[in-house]
Amino acid sequence: MNMVIGVLEQGFIYALLAMGVLITYRILDFPDLTVDSSFPLGAAISAVLTLNGTPPALTLPIALLAGGAAGLITGLIHVKCGVRDLLSGIITMTALYSVNLRVAGRANLPIYAGDTLFLNEWTRGFPPWLAPYSKLIIILFIVALVKIILDLFLKTKAGYLLRAVGDNPSVVAALNKDGGYVKIQGLMIANAFCALAGAVMCQHQRFFDISMGTGTLVTGLASVIIGLNMFSKLPRLKNTLAVIAGSILYKACVSAALSLGLAPTDLRLITAALFLVILILGKTRVRKVKPHA
Amino acid sequence: MLEMQGIYKTYLPGTVNETRLFCNLFLKVPKGQFVSVVGSNGSGKTSLLNIICGQTRPDSGWVMLYGQDISKEKEHRRYARVGRVYQNPAMGTCGGMTLLENISLADNKGHGYGLTPGTVKARIPYYKSLLARLHLGLEDKLYMRAEALSGGQRQAMALLMATMTPISFLILDEHTAALDPKTAEVIMKLTNELVREKQLATLMVTHNLRHAAAYGDRLLMFDAGKIVQDIQGGEKAALKAEDVFALFTRLGAGYGG
Repeated sequence: MNMVIGVLEQGFIYALLAMGVLITYRILDFPDLTVDSSFPLGAAISAVLTLNGTPPALTLPIALLAGGAAGLITGLIHVKCGVRDLLSGIITMTALYSVNLRVAGRANLPIYAGDTLFLNEWTRGFPPWLAPYSKLIIILFIVALVKIILDLFLKTKAGYLLRAVGDNPSVVAALNKDGGYVKIQGLMIANAFCALAGAVMCQHQRFFDISMGTGTLVTGLASVIIGLNMFSKLPRLKNTLAVIAGSILYKACVSAALSLGLAPTDLRLITAALFLVILILGKTRVRKVKPHA
Repeated sequence: MLEMQGIYKTYLPGTVNETRLFCNLFLKVPKGQFVSVVGSNGSGKTSLLNIICGQTRPDSGWVMLYGQDISKEKEHRRYARVGRVYQNPAMGTCGGMTLLENISLADNKGHGYGLTPGTVKARIPYYKSLLARLHLGLEDKLYMRAEALSGGQRQAMALLMATMTPISFLILDEHTAALDPKTAEVIMKLTNELVREKQLATLMVTHNLRHAAAYGDRLLMFDAGKIVQDIQGGEKAALKAEDVFALFTRLGAGYGG
């Protein structure tokens, strides 16, 4: 039972990340490696602020903004300097590694001492039968909030334009709109979600670690691809819900592999191997407008 | 209306493959004129359109719209008053979005794309009436993704989206070339209706000499970056496809037809 709760907690936290990756990978068709550093950026900010006495819940919106700034930098490098998408993300990712160390002050920053988002006056007041689920409830609330906001956003005019720019940039140009700005917007939202995921993760595990970002994109991509391949066939199921389910399923697979006797040190190996299996099984369809003949 | 003056364009300057295309090109298209443009491959038709739209920068010269110099404007800014339909039907619509979403996007052109609902429900009957006019049954497929449409249906959508909001200049870049002959006829008729009804100044590049002869008020023939024929008025009205073909062969352009 504890393992199931653990998987759900992890799965839902990474679902926040998956919704960010849904925007970059699926909607914008942009392989954004920034997430590998915006995830720990959110964690670092949340850890430092919590230690400085900021209410843990308040660190989340601040992490969100910082993630947006990371996305803004990648977007500006790509759109304004004309650097290729993959490289723009790598540049920001590399630079943010140092920034994250600066923010946290060191490579590993525990926040065991004080209250966290999941361990405070309010959660201590939960009745005993509910206490084991308190973390899950809080995470679920955050995920639901983000999902609803993202769904609503994608139905607005700005959301339509975001989907259009990844689908067919010439349509956006024809609408007298600068596709570059729309892309930057998308990258900001996506990285804001990733940093939020990092902050929640930090509150959950009660420490920041500089290496916690490694493989973030792979985890996010795996969740998105599993989710879309397995669940998007279901009628009337939104992509956001599909990737949340994908995230949980993916974490369950990793957890199952670990419980089969693999050591926690093999985690990244499992992550990568599972991702490869998913890619081969899924054979993600590429949809892109053919260049003008 | 549209005025191009002293356009020079040389591709790959300073190399053995240097190609001088436009040398002091001059073109004036008055308000509401429908111009067909023909010419063999490499004669500069597409370069002309790309220079007007800002995808290609001329080496020198001016492009004026409404007497306003737009030579320095970015591509997407120019589309404020210009509509464009491409050869590839997929270029004019977002394949992963539904017809309703596509048409809602186009309907909002010129207004802000903010946080209000993407589709205005009250406009749906209007969209249906627009789609019904295409006679392709699209009015019943509002919730279908554009990528599921046939080439002809998708091109009709592209045409509709390009002309939905008030524009003053329409660019058709071989927009029937990728369609089967029957569908090409349907799209061409539709184009003519829209252009006439909205009195759009139009530049239509085409390889279909029959279309070039049958539609439009004026015919331009390009050869090696020069306008070698400029037929308008009564002479254009009397023009037949065979005449255009004869002009072509006289060029020695070796046009296959």
